[in-house]
Amino acid sequence: MPDTAIERAARSTPPAVANRLKGLSDRGLAMLFVAPTIVLLLAINIFPLIWTIYLSFTNYRVNRPNRDVDFVGLRNYERILNDADIWLTMQATAHFLIWTIVLQVLIGFTLAYLINKKFKGNDLWTTIIVLPMMLSPAVVGNFWTFLYQPQIGLFNYVVGFLTGADPSSFSMIGEVSLAPWSIIIVDTWMWTPFVMLICLAGLRSIPDSIYEAAECDRASKWRQFWTITIPMVLPFLMLAVLFRGIENFKMFDLVVQLTGGGPGSTTELTSVNLKREAFEKWRTGYASAYAVILFVTIFGLASIYVKALNKVKER
Amino acid sequence: MRHNFMKSVAAAGMLAGAVAVSSTSSAQAEDLTLCWAAWDPANALVELSKDFEAKSGHKMKFEFVPWPNFADRMLNELNSGGKLCDLMIGDSQWIGGSAENGHYVKLNDFFKKEGIDMADFIPATVTGYAEWPKGTPNYWALPAFGDVVGWTYRKDWFARPELQAEFKQKYGRDLDAPKSLEELKQVAEFFQGREIDGKKVYGASIYTERGSEGITMGVTNALYNYGFQYGNPDKPYELEGFVNSEQAAKGLEFYKSLYDCCTPPGSSDWYMSENIDAYKSGQVAMQMNFAFIWPGVEADPNVGGGKSGYFPNPAGPGGHFAQLGGQGISVVAYSDKQDAALEYIKWFAQPEVQQKWWKAGGYSALRAVVEDPGFATSQPYAQTFLDSMAIVKDFWAEPSYASLLLAMQSRVHNYVVAGQGTAKEALDGLVKDWDEVFEDEGKK
Amino acid sequence: MSFSVTEASSRQKWFAGILVVGYALITMLPLFWIIATGFKSSPDAIAYPPKIVFEPTVEGYVNLFTTQTRLSSDAAVSAPQDLPWYENLVRKKGMTIVGPSRFSERFFNSVIIGFGSTFFAIVLGTAAAYAFSRFKVPLKDDLLFFILSTRMMPPIAVAIPIFLMFRYLGLNDTHAGMILLYTAVNLSLSVWLINGFIDEIPIEYEEAALIDGYTRFQAFYKVVLPQAATGIASTAIFCLIFAWNEYAFAVLLTSGTAQTAPPFIPTIIGVGGQDWPAVAAGATLFLLPVMVFTILLRKHLLRGITFGAVRK
Repeated sequence: MPDTAIERAARSTPPAVANRLKGLSDRGLAMLFVAPTIVLLLAINIFPLIWTIYLSFTNYRVNRPNRDVDFVGLRNYERILNDADIWLTMQATAHFLIWTIVLQVLIGFTLAYLINKKFKGNDLWTTIIVLPMMLSPAVVGNFWTFLYQPQIGLFNYVVGFLTGADPSSFSMIGEVSLAPWSIIIVDTWMWTPFVMLICLAGLRSIPDSIYEAAECDRASKWRQFWTITIPMVLPFLMLAVLFRGIENFKMFDLVVQLTGGGPGSTTELTSVNLKREAFEKWRTGYASAYAVILFVTIFGLASIYVKALNKVKER
Repeated sequence: MRHNFMKSVAAAGMLAGAVAVSSTSSAQAEDLTLCWAAWDPANALVELSKDFEAKSGHKMKFEFVPWPNFADRMLNELNSGGKLCDLMIGDSQWIGGSAENGHYVKLNDFFKKEGIDMADFIPATVTGYAEWPKGTPNYWALPAFGDVVGWTYRKDWFARPELQAEFKQKYGRDLDAPKSLEELKQVAEFFQGREIDGKKVYGASIYTERGSEGITMGVTNALYNYGFQYGNPDKPYELEGFVNSEQAAKGLEFYKSLYDCCTPPGSSDWYMSENIDAYKSGQVAMQMNFAFIWPGVEADPNVGGGKSGYFPNPAGPGGHFAQLGGQGISVVAYSDKQDAALEYIKWFAQPEVQQKWWKAGGYSALRAVVEDPGFATSQPYAQTFLDSMAIVKDFWAEPSYASLLLAMQSRVHNYVVAGQGTAKEALDGLVKDWDEVFEDEGKK
Repeated sequence: MSFSVTEASSRQKWFAGILVVGYALITMLPLFWIIATGFKSSPDAIAYPPKIVFEPTVEGYVNLFTTQTRLSSDAAVSAPQDLPWYENLVRKKGMTIVGPSRFSERFFNSVIIGFGSTFFAIVLGTAAAYAFSRFKVPLKDDLLFFILSTRMMPPIAVAIPIFLMFRYLGLNDTHAGMILLYTAVNLSLSVWLINGFIDEIPIEYEEAALIDGYTRFQAFYKVVLPQAATGIASTAIFCLIFAWNEYAFAVLLTSGTAQTAPPFIPTIIGVGGQDWPAVAAGATLFLLPVMVFTILLRKHLLRGITFGAVRK
């Protein structure tokens, strides 16, 4: 603990210095340093949260300022939980979440494993692979609609070239069966490097001595992989999965730009749907209840996430 | 790369400088911002407004948003009480909400003072763009841009003798602009998948867009003409049996069959600009689109100059209507520069300016312009525009229009594009959604 | 024969190298396509099959920075002789430039809001992180968790009350409002990351400084800050990239005056349909700085994206 260090310092120094160390100025400084952050976060996060909870019990609508606001109790919650359309968006979100995680873990881990072979120039190529992850999902997502265009789009052309299919015979974002995959592909393209980087850190954290010991015991490479590599990387991988899980649960910008939730409701993820309720239909009370439900879900995920995070940190 | 980038920055800088210098300064000169959709007419208005800048000393700024985001962004702006826009050329359906919530300034007194008479404008545009409540002399906008859904077709393809002959043999009539929706589908089927000049072409591009208002603006052209009504004409807000009548379901089925048989692949989320692209690049024989595109089609190097023809939305078994588009220009109530904004409207309402507006590609709603004997022949599409404006019908303009629209978007899109359920089920669902909205509003 | 069990054989290296380079090339393809499309003419951009070899033009960039309208026939006749090159370029398409577009304004909004919010997030975050690292702050772990949890809220859900609050305060569509909001969002990242960097600085340096007669603040300012400078700088770049890329809040809370580039770029349309070369030109200008920053940041990348959970 850092504060014990201060005490340690205090014990070993003359009284005058000790006073300066332990004196009120420290506590004052600590308050002064922490307070602005806490105040800002209270104002921009907690106050709005309380307001949202209040609104979720009303029928308030932002676009009808002159109408009376009535207290409707739990009716908004009832409506949401009984709404088949909202369950469909949850399903779409789950489909997106599961497949992006599976693909990103498989590809990301494989890449990390290969990069860890330390071939010449692996640093350079790692940096190049990482690029998509740092770019604006809205701007890039928008451009992907161009890549996905039947016939003229690069994606369709490349797929057509590789498989012999007619590039105008399928439309990634236009067909009900393909659209959910169109967003999974772009998200995987963007975020596989994230999983890869974390896995790489995991692989590099394994001391050579463990493998050397295994080699002495004449363990096969295959066995080494399953008994050393995988267990050692697993905590890192879990961390990556949690990060991706939370990020993709919130997914908004990429999907809005790519498909806007269509066709039909096939890619209408929760955030996209919530935006429609809150800022297009302007059902503020209803949307607030929707938001509260999401808060609770996220908070549940978040506590698991922080525990795992601490576990990895302890290693 | 870098070199070109610097050049572009320099170009932008020079342009910005040129515009800044050209504005004449006067004592009470204001910077006015006009908000509208980003489309051809808006760019023409920028050019037209230079006359206003020169005459008034005010400087015009413009904020244009593409159609799919237009309502979303601008209603957000109005609902947040924002001061971005002094003048708003808002969509016709916003009028109810904007009037009731005080987003727009009421213009009656201003019209009286300046001698602007609504009787001088096309009646359908006054009802559609300016009045709330409908049918009462309460004006919140000046009709600015008349617009209506119509059709564009490849006259040059239709005129080919071999296609003419084949079509006649198959359908027993000449290959020409269709007179009914049924004929339209036949023509579309005829072209679907055909090879023309070595390129595969498709029947028609129609509105299917899901996010904003696209598919609704398209499907209503079929629904109206099969007998769909927004409610009991004698009893407001009674929807059952009117919105989901058997005829309405037939109309919806027709639209789906047109989508399934005769549209280009991947056209599942198309609105104005996608339809234009498909048409201009020679992918389709016909396109459904608002009339605003016609000046652009005429001027296009590939499909303009006589290669294209225009026809109003064809009649169906239950009537003959076309979906109204278009907008009125309003003064935003949150603006600090309302006087200067009113000056702009005054300038814009002048007959000379309206005449120039039509020449620049803007569909003037002033009767003096469209009833001029030379109007109908002034452009190849002028007569079609007049015929179409005579049969217009609009979507709800209620304050809750956004909820009504989004419900329709999702019900109709899910049926037509995603193929879920039947037409009757989609419309039954729509009645349920709309009833709920009107109940929330206390109107039922 | 010297032999290491952990070192891959050269055959393995070749194999791994080819696969990774192959993946990298595929993953770069969309980015390459964005840059290339920016230099295509409109017909080339939508040509079938897609054109890999084309005649480069800056048309897309001109379209990006200008508003154009169709040239009326009488204006074409009375055209002055010495037109600037960009006007000549658009005249070839029968168009004329009527003014600048809003792109440069939106780009500068991104710059102002990005740097403004980064500055505040770093100042506040460094102070808080130092306090968390060196002092006994009551409820420290809970506070840190609270700070992190603010980042997990879906932006759309947070935006509902923020929208109302901003409307009430008149902060909608203002630079100040967006800077405030992004500062708050970025604070979680800056506190967590900088906290980690300061934890790594041995406390003995400060102890020595304090014994030398420095006040606590001087010790922070003159000893800790310089040591943490690299860490703080990389944290700043992460904050900047977040603010630069943010879309959800920007699209809901700004409409013009303070609108940033991400909600604007997808709405660039030309006359008629979407002008892909102009969109690609805008995207190129917008994405390039981030690519450069990413390359600069590569050593700290992992730490930044995991909120300091994984350190290399």
